[in-house]
Amino acid sequence: MPDQEKYNRSDPMAGAGDEDEEMQSAVESRTLDLGTMEGETLIKAERLGDHPETPAAGEERVAPRSLWQDAWRDLRRNPIFIISGLLIVFLVIVAIWPGLFTSTNPLNCDLTKSQQGPTSGHPFGYDTQGCDVYARTIYGARASITVGVCATAGSALVGTLLGGLAGFFGGWSDSVISRVADIFFGIPILLGGLVFLSVITIRSIWIVVAFIVVLGWPQLARIGRGAVITAKQQDYVTAARALGAGSGRLMLRHILPNAVAPIIVVATIALGTYIALEATLSYLGVGLKPPTVSWGIDISAASDSFSIAPHMLLFPAAALSITVLAFIMLGDAVRDALDPKLR
Amino acid sequence: MSSSSTSAQPREATADTVESPLLEVRDLHVEFRTRDGVAKAVNGVNYSVRAGETLAILGESGSGKSVTAQAVMGILDSPPGFVTGGQIVFKGRDLLTLGKEDRRKVRGSQMAMIFQDALSSLNPVHSVGSQLGEMYRVHKGSSRQDAKAKAIELMDRVRIPAAKARVGDYPHQFSGGMRQRIMIAMALALEPDLIIADEPTTALDVTVQAQVMDLLAELQGEYHMGLILITHDLGVVADVADKIAVMYAGRIVETAPVHELYAKPAHPYTRGLLDSIPRLDQKGQELYAIKGLPPNLLRIPPGCAFNPRCPRAQEICRTTVPPLFEVTDEAGTPRPGRASACHFWKETLDD
Amino acid sequence: MGRYVLRRLLQMIPVFIGTTFLIFVMVHALGDPVNALFGDRAPDPAVAAQIRAQYNLNDPLWLQYVKYMGKLFQWDFGTTFSGQTVTSQLAAAYPVTLKLTAVAFTIEVVFGIGLGLLSGLRRGRIADNSVLILTLVVISIPTFVTGYVLQYLVGVKWGILPATVGFDVTFQSLLLPGIVLASVSLAYVARLTRTTVAENTKADYVRTAVAKGLPRHRVVINHLLRNSLIPVVTFLGTDLGALMGGALVTERIFNIHGVGYTLYQGIVRQSTNTVVGFVTILVIIFLLANLLVDLLYAVLDPRIRYA
Repeated sequence: MPDQEKYNRSDPMAGAGDEDEEMQSAVESRTLDLGTMEGETLIKAERLGDHPETPAAGEERVAPRSLWQDAWRDLRRNPIFIISGLLIVFLVIVAIWPGLFTSTNPLNCDLTKSQQGPTSGHPFGYDTQGCDVYARTIYGARASITVGVCATAGSALVGTLLGGLAGFFGGWSDSVISRVADIFFGIPILLGGLVFLSVITIRSIWIVVAFIVVLGWPQLARIGRGAVITAKQQDYVTAARALGAGSGRLMLRHILPNAVAPIIVVATIALGTYIALEATLSYLGVGLKPPTVSWGIDISAASDSFSIAPHMLLFPAAALSITVLAFIMLGDAVRDALDPKLR
Repeated sequence: MSSSSTSAQPREATADTVESPLLEVRDLHVEFRTRDGVAKAVNGVNYSVRAGETLAILGESGSGKSVTAQAVMGILDSPPGFVTGGQIVFKGRDLLTLGKEDRRKVRGSQMAMIFQDALSSLNPVHSVGSQLGEMYRVHKGSSRQDAKAKAIELMDRVRIPAAKARVGDYPHQFSGGMRQRIMIAMALALEPDLIIADEPTTALDVTVQAQVMDLLAELQGEYHMGLILITHDLGVVADVADKIAVMYAGRIVETAPVHELYAKPAHPYTRGLLDSIPRLDQKGQELYAIKGLPPNLLRIPPGCAFNPRCPRAQEICRTTVPPLFEVTDEAGTPRPGRASACHFWKETLDD
Repeated sequence: MGRYVLRRLLQMIPVFIGTTFLIFVMVHALGDPVNALFGDRAPDPAVAAQIRAQYNLNDPLWLQYVKYMGKLFQWDFGTTFSGQTVTSQLAAAYPVTLKLTAVAFTIEVVFGIGLGLLSGLRRGRIADNSVLILTLVVISIPTFVTGYVLQYLVGVKWGILPATVGFDVTFQSLLLPGIVLASVSLAYVARLTRTTVAENTKADYVRTAVAKGLPRHRVVINHLLRNSLIPVVTFLGTDLGALMGGALVTERIFNIHGVGYTLYQGIVRQSTNTVVGFVTILVIIFLLANLLVDLLYAVLDPRIRYA
């Protein structure tokens, strides 16, 4: 009961079933980043949701809607969701077809134009190499989005699988998986990046993706584990078990659909932070390398001459920040919609 | 319990009787402004409590019984909850006109509240001693030591064994019944004139329920306090209450002295509630249940709010909101303390 | 309580071994340190063999690890190939980074909790929304961008605070790097505090506290904040480790000769001992911070203490 322990505070029912569970570390339920934080409130909200309060009279009695229908109804009306959603669609289009937005080749540089400011036709100016900053900003989307999406998909897959298994089966498999997750958690991610990635001499996007997956899965595994344990203890799962449902059926039909909400939220937010992480790694010189076009590389290259030619740094940095913000806001909006308690 | 209490004030409160009531709620309106609209939780409630008297407020969840109590205490969650009309006269002062600070000073010292779930209502990170002592420290400015001594005294009063040893324990270390005793002790701490108990025994085991209820009744008698007992449990009420107010959809639909209500209800809703209690002598028969669901407070039906569920409903019930009629016997003499908000109270009474 | 602490300690051991071993393996995969030592020249085989023997480089990796850890417990981190002891490097670098972290941590605690409380108590109002938006923006902008922009604006353009630190480490010079280092964590703390405060305002025990007639400041501080701080303290403790990791970036921007700087040099020069030593100490600090949080958690929450 790692994530629950501290939440049982106001929930007398929650503690009932888990006397036999070992006491868990406060640190295991630590909230390491925004994603985890959002996910955990969601897990908890779900938990509280299962014994309905009878709060005074504000209560409404209308036809029940499913969590997802309700969330969707909410999201459609939420301007933050709409803005961030549109922004993400736009960014994905830019990443897939950068040629739609610029005809300039980002690698076609002219040293004589080094560090020149914005001119007509080249709204973001030139960088130190004399490359068109606008074209590079457009083309840089691909690397960032690819790293973000692939790393998130990878760590979500690994994390959900391992975390789900740990949560569902408990016992020694839980202990082993949790300890292994702890080991990877014990390494601060930037430090790990600096050490691990400097070992590998091949510079490709996939190395960076693999690295992020290796250090990123424990976060999602923890969320997955917590969510599965919560879902497992719900009465309807006990009921299904009592009716003779097997493990496989329980997992797929009853537990997974209910555990997936916090995972989606955390993954969305993690996607944003992974994009920022890639940029930081590139800045430290262990991420992507030229000729790959990436915001991280450009920001890093521009940082030395920030006081002379700030435009070289500001444009890719703005693009990066907006992308990260869009994903975090999307995750935030989804979290709010899925969390019935914060209504 | 006491026989002094056969005068529930239905509509027109008598402020100038010899013994004026301790608390008088007049035409109270409370609404919740939610995202989905305005929920009218309390729609013109009147009731009064005298010192030493026990008023039971009966109703389903969502009937507005707890909200009324919260409004009286001044602990309504605001927003979304707002008192939109009426008066709450306590010891001659309208609490709604008092400033925040004056209102706070009344809370805890002159009127106190006991909540349903003692585990979540007590702060898990403070010892019970410090939570009890806090009353003295804040309201009386007592020293830490005095407060602790007082806390032990209180725990003794509510018969918690080994009070001295347990004063430093935390709420989760007590059993449910003991925790509720601590809640009671906390409410009693400053010997208030009025105690509001919101479902004080609902979360407890049946055997413990009786003990806690008895304790509460005993202490009430001892300190001569007014007690408002909010419950949905007709069984609890019968033993302790002097008079009963039944609430439905934010209104009082019937008031009566406790035994008369049981014997001859004058509102179909009350009748339905009484009929739905399982009885041993009717074993084998199908249990009675009021059909339908309590109304959505965002969309209270026109006319009598109970009409969609009422077996007696006529056209008039769907159009006209029934006022609180005075209930009389066959000869037409008013029965003291009785009133019913039903167009057909006479027929119901005669059933 | 005793059992709880003991269990935490026992659980820490495999994690400590696993993490340090992982790092040990990775660092040794950096490449042949002897070749790195000689740079482009072909090393003299005899000298190379001697160095290998001296640094246990011929043993299998696990044995090297065991020997290394054995020495480490005697506070012997070995020497760099240039002859400097790693212990002296540690002594030079860690105090600087600790000072930086302390400055950042203070900023994080004071402003994070303050903003979070303000925001949580005024949910849905302007103050709350501005805190939410501001923290989102701070989280979205990578630290090194914030760093360069603030360095330029505050340090260079307006000249309010020193733009770089260099060898002369003063409190004033650490203020700006401290703010940059704290920024993201501060945003997290603010959001976390807001969430827990907002949740706990609806808690039954807060309602009880109001019903007891306690003054508002007492309700907020004694009941609301006291309970809300439990998860925040948990976060703060573990965040100490993250701050030290984040120092890698901040130190580079502001030219601070601390852990990040030395570590970076160690990696560039493939100085195995430096890298392993520094990273191991960081991991130990990280794990100790976690343990401390566990203990603090038990102190703050009696339900854990008496479990």
